[in-house]
Amino acid sequence: MSKQSQHWEKTRGLLFVTLAIWFVFSIGIFFFGAEMEASSFRPLGYPLSYYMTCQGSLGIFVILIFWFANRQEKIDEEFGFSEKEDD
Amino acid sequence: MIKGKFIDNLPKVYGIYTGGFLAFIILMSIAESAGMSAKLIGIFFVAFTVGIYAIIGYLSRTLQLDAYYVAGRQVPTVFNGMATAADWMSGASFVAMAGGIYFKGYGYMALLVGWTGGYVLVASLLAPYLRKFGCYTVPDFIGTRYGGNLARVCAVIVLTVASFTYVTAQINATGTIASVALDIPFGIAVYVGLASILICSMLGGMRAVTWTQVAQYIVLIIAYLLPVFWISNKMGAGFFPHLMLADEVARIADLESQFGFIKNSAADLKTVPKGLAGITKAHSSVNATPWAFISLAVCMMAGTASLPHVMMRYFTTPSVKSARRSVGWSLFFIFLLYSSAPMLATLSKLSLMDPNLTTGIIGKSISEVQNIDWYQNWNQANLMFISDFNGNGTLELNEFFMGGKAVVLATPEIAGLPYVISGLVAAGGMAAAMSTADGLVLAIANALSHDLYYKIIDPKADTAKRLIVARVLLVLIGFAGATIAAMEIQGILGSVIWAFDFAMSGLFFPLVLGVWWKRANSQGAVAGMLLGLISGTAYLVWVRNGGSGFWGVTQLTFGIVGSLVSLVSMVVVSLMTKAPDAATQKMVDEVRIPSGRTVLGKQH
Repeated sequence: MSKQSQHWEKTRGLLFVTLAIWFVFSIGIFFFGAEMEASSFRPLGYPLSYYMTCQGSLGIFVILIFWFANRQEKIDEEFGFSEKEDD
Repeated sequence: MIKGKFIDNLPKVYGIYTGGFLAFIILMSIAESAGMSAKLIGIFFVAFTVGIYAIIGYLSRTLQLDAYYVAGRQVPTVFNGMATAADWMSGASFVAMAGGIYFKGYGYMALLVGWTGGYVLVASLLAPYLRKFGCYTVPDFIGTRYGGNLARVCAVIVLTVASFTYVTAQINATGTIASVALDIPFGIAVYVGLASILICSMLGGMRAVTWTQVAQYIVLIIAYLLPVFWISNKMGAGFFPHLMLADEVARIADLESQFGFIKNSAADLKTVPKGLAGITKAHSSVNATPWAFISLAVCMMAGTASLPHVMMRYFTTPSVKSARRSVGWSLFFIFLLYSSAPMLATLSKLSLMDPNLTTGIIGKSISEVQNIDWYQNWNQANLMFISDFNGNGTLELNEFFMGGKAVVLATPEIAGLPYVISGLVAAGGMAAAMSTADGLVLAIANALSHDLYYKIIDPKADTAKRLIVARVLLVLIGFAGATIAAMEIQGILGSVIWAFDFAMSGLFFPLVLGVWWKRANSQGAVAGMLLGLISGTAYLVWVRNGGSGFWGVTQLTFGIVGSLVSLVSMVVVSLMTKAPDAATQKMVDEVRIPSGRTVLGKQH
C-alpha cells in the first residue's frame, strides 16, 4: 500500500473515532433526557440533563477538537505529510 | 500600517485595545455618578465602539486580491478563533438566546448543543481540507472540485439563499439596538446600522473584517460576562455563577411548583402585546421529546458545517494545521458565551420570581409593580407587560409577560446594576450583530464577484476591476438586506434557524462528499444541491401553509428533509453517471494531505 493510502486509512480511522464520540455527546445521550434528569449523579449539583445541555457536552466538544487536531498532526508527521513552513 | 509587523504585535495591539475599552467603561461609570444621563451614556457606548471598528476598517484597506478575499492567509490561530467566534455569534446568540432559554427551558437548549457540536464536524470533515484547497470562497471549492460552471452557480445560489436569510436578521438586530441606544426611529436606524457594517468591510474586505471581528469579540464577551458575574455576586448566588448556581436552579423549580403554570384564556392572551410571552414551561426539567431535541440539534450542527461565512474564516489561516487548531479556539471562545447564557437566564428568572429577593415582583401588588421605574421603561419599549387577569390585585406568574430580548437587555437594570452596564450590553449586542452581518455580506458579495463575475462572466478582468465589482456588490447586497430588514417580516431567531436549514439542505453533502468520496461527480453534486434546496424549501412552504408534516419534522428542522433528499440524489446520480476523470481524482488525493502546495494558486 502506498504511503498516501496508509495515511488516508489512519486519517479515516481517526475521523470515525472522533465522530463516534461526537455522536454520543451530541445525539446519543439526549435519547435519555428523562433518565439523565432522574439520575442521582448531579455534577456541581445540577440535574445531569441540565448540566449536559448547558456545559457538559459543550466542554467535551472543545476538548474533542483539540484532541483530534493533535492526533491528526501526529498522523501527518508519521507519514511526512506535515507542512514545513509551519508557525 | 497593517503588515508583517502588525501581525507580530497582535497580542500587544489588542491588549492595549482591551485596556482602553475597560478604561472607557470606568470613565463612563464615573460620568454616570457625576450625573450624565442614561441616554447620553448609551450614545457614547455605541458611537465609541462603532467609531473604533470604522478606524480599524479604514486602516485595513487593501488593493490586493488575496488580502481582500482571504486576509492574505496570515491570520494567527488564536486570533482567527476570536474572529470566528464574533463572526459566528450573532445578534441572535447575544440578544435572543438567553431569552429563549428563559422561556422554553430544556427543549430550547438543543440550540446550545447544536451550535457547538457543529464545530466538531467543521474540524474533522471540512475546514482543513478546504484550507488545503486554497479557495477564496465556498463555491470556488465546489466549482473546482466538481468542475463546470453549473455546479459553481448552484453553490452560489444555495449560499445566497442561506446567507441572505441570515443577514436580514442581523441587520434587523443592529437596527433594533441602534434605535434604542441612539433614540432614532427603526426605519432610519437600520440604515445607520448598515452604514457601520459597510465601513468595516468595504475598503479592506476579509482583512478588514478579520481585525474588526477580533475587536468586536472582545467587546461582546466583556459585555456578556461582566453582568452575569456581577448579578450573581450581587444576589449572593455565587462568586463563579457557572459552577455555583445549582441551588438557584433548584429554587426556581420549587417556585414553579409553588406558583404552578396556570393557563391563560385565549381572550386574556389577546390583550398581551405581540411578541411578549409568559413563563409557561419548566426551567430545568426535561420538557421536550428526545426526537424534538435531537432533530433540532442535528439541523444546527449540519448547518454550522455548511454555512459559508464560517467556513471561509478558515481560509485565512497560514496553514492546514493552524486551520484545524483554529476551529478548537473558535469553539473555546464561543463556549465562554454559550455556557453563560443559561446562567443569565437562571439569574434573570430568579430575580423576578423569588419573593424573598427585593427585585422579585411575583406576589407583589399590581399597582406596586406598575410604579417600578424599570417596569415603566420596558413597558414603554413594548418589552414588558402585566395585567391582573384574575382581578385579585396581586401579580401572579401567569400575569407577567416579557419580550425575549428583554432577558439580556433589561436584566442588568432589574437587578439594580448601574446604567453603564446597560450601555455596555447595547454595545455588545451591536458588536455581535455587526460582526456576523459583515461576515455574511462579505460571503455573498465575494461569491458573486469571484465565482459569478470573474470565473464565469468576465475571466479576463484585471485585479482593479475585480475589486471594484466586489465592493459595488457588497454595497448593493447590504442595501437589499437593509431594505428587507426594514420591512420586519420575520423575527430574528426564526430566520436564523431557517438559514441553517437552507445551508444544510443544499451544501452539507456536496461539501463533505467532495472531500470524502472520490466517486462524487459534477452531475451528482448539481442534483444534490438543487434537489436538496428545492425539497427543503417545498417542505417549509408546505408546513407553513398548514401542512401536517411527517416524522415530526417542523418548520425549524426542514433541513432534515432537504439534506436527506440531497444525499440520496447525489449518490444515485453520481453512480448513474461517469466517474470523475483522473485529474479530479488526483486533486482529491492532493487535498487529503496537508503538505505541498494548495490546489488553487495564491492568486487566482
